[in-house]
Formats: sequence, structure tokens, C-alpha cells
Amino acid sequence: MVAPVLEGWFTLDEYAPQLLGTRCVACGSYHFPPQTVFCRNPDCESDTLEEVELSRTGRLWSFTNACYAPPPPYVKEEPFHPYAIAAVELERERMVILGQVVRGVDVPDLKIGMDMELALETIPGHDSERLTWKWRPADGGAR
Amino acid sequence: MSREIALLGVGMHPWGKWGRNFVEYGVHAARAALADAGVDWRDVPFVSGAATVRCGYPGYVAGATFAQALGWQGAQVNTSYAACASGSQALAAARAKILAGECEVALVVGADTTPKGFLAPQAGERPNDPDWVRFRVGITNPTYFALYARRRMALYGDTVEDFARVKVKNAAHGYANPNARYRKKFSAQDVADSVMVADPLRLMDVCATSDGGAAIVVASLDFAKRMGRADAPRVAGISTATPTFASGQVEMPDLATDSAVAAEPRSFRAALPRQAYEEAGVGPEDIDLAEVYDLSTALELDWMEDLGLCAEGEAASLLRADETAVGGRLPVNPSGGLACFGEAVPAQALAQICELTWQLRGEAGERQVTGARVGITANQGLFGHGSSVIVKR
Repeated sequence: MVAPVLEGWFTLDEYAPQLLGTRCVACGSYHFPPQTVFCRNPDCESDTLEEVELSRTGRLWSFTNACYAPPPPYVKEEPFHPYAIAAVELERERMVILGQVVRGVDVPDLKIGMDMELALETIPGHDSERLTWKWRPADGGAR
Repeated sequence: MSREIALLGVGMHPWGKWGRNFVEYGVHAARAALADAGVDWRDVPFVSGAATVRCGYPGYVAGATFAQALGWQGAQVNTSYAACASGSQALAAARAKILAGECEVALVVGADTTPKGFLAPQAGERPNDPDWVRFRVGITNPTYFALYARRRMALYGDTVEDFARVKVKNAAHGYANPNARYRKKFSAQDVADSVMVADPLRLMDVCATSDGGAAIVVASLDFAKRMGRADAPRVAGISTATPTFASGQVEMPDLATDSAVAAEPRSFRAALPRQAYEEAGVGPEDIDLAEVYDLSTALELDWMEDLGLCAEGEAASLLRADETAVGGRLPVNPSGGLACFGEAVPAQALAQICELTWQLRGEAGERQVTGARVGITANQGLFGHGSSVIVKR
């Protein structure tokens, strides 16, 4: 299996991956990225957070694309292939999470409000590709 | 007791791209501000620098760097870094010192020299640094601007033509600004013909990065009076706010919002100017002009609403009615904005104040907003740095 770009940020289930976050046991606030070790609710004194798998589906809050390769630390492949980017709102967690969109799904395929689901796909790496989370339309993105 | 301080002098080095040492631009701006104030460098007891993180150690300690460049004279020093909001933090430090009676006059200065293209973080593997992570997975600054722009289109019916209109308006303003980097009357077609960067935003919708330097000399009202400058514009309010949990909009450089399970989601930008309005004792209805952070054309529209200058969703209609152009009811970015300057991070918040000062003095030439008495600035730095300053005459 291709190594993840960030350790411990998502499960490696290629069929139904999930982002890994943390949840405060006292107030229930979710946190992503998962390294958060203290509850970010200013009114919550608990610092006991449990690792949780975040909802793997959500609604598209907004979207865009990257027409030019980002600067380092993004590892630019030659030639650069533009990709879409999605901000997806998770209902249970009441939070919005960004991610690239899977290859083959572009801006014209996207519409605010559509159902999206999490996927794993590669992005360029220095010695070899890396696995990262991406979003895709929940219906498979069929045009 | 008044919490206002006087804006005695302002100065800028023109914005551009020369790749010279940032200190040169800062010294140029500082000397211009000191001359404008009629204050000798020798007589400045406090230097408040806005840092740059792109120029190595001297940039991290910008206050001292500028003081040394101007010539050590033993002044007290402070250096602030708050990304794009650095200038406002540096001003707040100077104001606090003056209001505490620890000094009567202070120099606030920021300058930068920046790399071409996207703003990039420092080198090294840093998975615990949100700014490193977001670039690693392919998220840039224009990503955020474009997400917000797409929301405006979906929620309010704004169009890419509306966004282009912001550029055209600001380009007309910048044409009359000798400090602007871009002084060309771009048309809507120019915007539409430029390459797509992050859909729906094109190259001319997104601001560049620039070299530049700005400085202000602030003083107690008493000092200003003794200098015969009781009529100088005054800083009436400053906000350097952070967000309130649960922050409901995904903000640079984060990849996620807070979770609103335990607390209602809030807008950081909408809350950002409150402290400034409160301190200044004015409301949005009192504002004559605004300098806001048009990192993208669409973002200028968000700022208008977040400052309460119009209702949510209405900004584009004001723009279309030419109300936000110089000559209109509520000019926004009469300087030409980032559209004409590009961004010089630590200098930008100070540049906004320079513009308001010239406007309130009646010294803005062809950009002059008639009868300008109350102006507001707004910007926002990465990692939760809000910035808003109200200037009054």
C-alpha cells in the first residue's frame, strides 16, 4: 500500500476511508486535524479527547480548483495536472473540512449542496507517491 | 480621558518588485513619515516594528533593524508579527505606550520584500504546522478566496462580472496613486482575458505579492497640540481581535473549521471590527470611506458586509451602482487596494492607515473622497489575526 502523506490523519480502508479526528468526552466538540490534545472549546475544562472516525459523507459547502502547482512543500509533478478542491460540511460534527477532489471530477461536475464522500487517492511525493484523503461526489461523479 | 492618539506623519515607499533589502523600503518610509510629522529621528523614544518572516533574522526583529538602520539612538523597541495584521498590532503597541504615558511620540514601521508567485511557508517537514500541511496537500491562498467567492455566487447571485468590477474600480483609483505598483485602468475584458487561477477567480481577481514599506508617526494629543497639529487625524479605535469558538468559516491556513457541536458557529470577520467601532464610538453608518483587504476582488464584497457597511448579500449592488467608487456614497479602497499594490505583508495595514490619513487631511489628490471625516480599515492575518483601525478627523 502507498504510504499516507500524513500519519494518523485517516484510516487506510480504500473502500470506505474515514478521516481521523478527536472528540472531547466532556463537551462533544470534534477536532480535526487529529493532533489536537486539548479541547478547543474555551468553556470546556476537560482535556480528555478520544480518537474518532469522522463522518465519511457530507454536503459540498463550496469548491474551486488549483490551476497552477502550489509552491513547496507541495511536490510538483511534471506536467502539473490541475485538480478540483472541495470544502465539505459534516453534519454530525458540524464542521467543514477541505480536501482535493479525486481525479476525473472537475469544477463543472460540482454544485454546492451535493452529497460528497471521502476517498483515498495519491498525490505526488519526493521519492514516491503518497496517499491522501480526497472528496468525491457520493453518486460516483458520473457526468 | 481620551483614548485617541494623533496621526502626525505618514510615509510610504512605493510598492513594486525590485528585490532590494526590505530595510531600505522601511527606512525610506520612516524618513518620509518623520519629515511629514516634523519630528526628528533623534527625538523618537519608541519604535514599533512590524516583522517580516521572509527576510531572515533581521525581519523577525524588524523594530530594532529599522532603528539600527536609522541610527541607534537608544529608543525603546517592540516588534509585532501577526501576518497581514502585523501593522495594526504594531500600531496598537505604540498606542498603548502613549496612552500609558510612557512616551509621547512613536514611530511605527513595516516593510517587506517578497518572493514571486504564491506566498509559501519556510522549508522543512512540519506536519504539526497547519501552514505547512495545507500546502503539502495542495491548498493555497487563492483556494480560500475562491471558496468564499463561489459561496457569494451561490448565496447572493454575485457574478464573475461583479468581481471584475471591483478590479476595474480599484484600478481607476490606483491610477491616481503614485505609490501604487500597478497604475493602469484595467477593463472588465482584461480581467476576463486573464488566466484562471482558482475557479472562479482569475489572475486579475487575485492580488500579487510586492515589495513595499509604510510608516506612521503617532503621538499623544497633547504632543500634537504643542506641535500646532491639534487638527491632525486621530486613531480613534483599534481591533486586534482573535476569533471566537466555534469559528464557522474555514480560515487560512486551516483545513477545517471548529466543530459547532457545543457552541454556535460564528463569523470571525463580522466580529473583527467591533472593538474598533466601540472604542471610536461610531457605527457603520458614520463611516465615510473604507480600506479593506482585497486579497481577491470577491473578498472586498465580503469585507463591506462584515464591516456592517451594507446588509449581507448587498455589497455587489452597491458596487454596481458605483457607490463604492471615489465620488460615490461610500468609497471602498480609494487607494486602489491590494488590486493596485499587491501585498507587502507587514506594511499593508500601515499603508491602509496612510491612505486614510491623506484622505482625512484632504491630501489625496484625484482620489480624494469629499468631506472624509471617519475612515475604517480592515484586514485579517493567518492564524486568527483580526485587524481594524478607525481614523477620525
